[in-house]
Amino acid sequence: MNEVQHIEVNEYHDYIKSLLEEGYEMMMDLTAVDWFRKKEPRFEVVINLLSLSKNLRKTIKVQVPDENLTIPSITDIYPGANFYEREVFDMFGIVFENHPELTRILMPDDWIGHPLRKDYGSGRIPVQFKNAPSVD
Amino acid sequence: MYSPDNIFTTTIDKAVRWSRTQSMWPVTFGLACCAIEMMAAGSAKYDLARYGMEVFRASPRQADLMIVAGRVSQKMAPVLRQVYDQMAEPKWVIAMGACSSTGGMFNNYALVQGVDHIVPVDIYVPGCPPGPQSLMHGILTLHDKIMAGEINR
Repeated sequence: MNEVQHIEVNEYHDYIKSLLEEGYEMMMDLTAVDWFRKKEPRFEVVINLLSLSKNLRKTIKVQVPDENLTIPSITDIYPGANFYEREVFDMFGIVFENHPELTRILMPDDWIGHPLRKDYGSGRIPVQFKNAPSVD
Repeated sequence: MYSPDNIFTTTIDKAVRWSRTQSMWPVTFGLACCAIEMMAAGSAKYDLARYGMEVFRASPRQADLMIVAGRVSQKMAPVLRQVYDQMAEPKWVIAMGACSSTGGMFNNYALVQGVDHIVPVDIYVPGCPPGPQSLMHGILTLHDKIMAGEINR
């Protein structure tokens, strides 16, 4: 069974802490979604938790306000969230407060922009193949 | 005049080129699925040792050939260039597979569109991934190229 729970940013950290105390021992995944032009606010952080003792899963969705793209870090609760949060920061530009080392993890350090945002170009170089109809 | 039958005469040019082709040690540079095919080429069935090049050196200082097997990301590009710079002359580069030759199916921001943007490439091996036979054909083509070329490059 997978329960989905929507939560506000200011309640997020305390709520995750209470879930750990409830018995959700494992943080399975932490990622984000860019609902560009589909939803307001635009960014949504998604956390999947697993309780091995109760055999339960839980999905928590947090909407991050557009004007202030910050959300508390949960590395103090689940240390495994460290790299996940760095990846979300790298790919979406969402800042995690109180993260021990919030730097880019996949892209080079001097990279400009956040590639998984929907308004970020794919960086594609147009290629014309022989005898193929033009696509661009 | 005494002439034993176990002495050959040749030109130094030819001898140097021949020795380069017959013990060409590749540097270990597997980046993606092409590396699996490269390993298969080194294994017993395809047996790269027949050409004296089964020793994939972990140190670029001991290597003559870099087989770039797989897609090169923007972050990997400076690493690849550094490994190439650390190799002693003479050195050669084989771009193995579609990704390292042109960027292949990954036409996007994250990957280098062809490893020839970073290092000079001698042989392009097509395929996705190229099988061990294709890689060995590329290697033998490189041998032919060395045998036909100049010894001072």
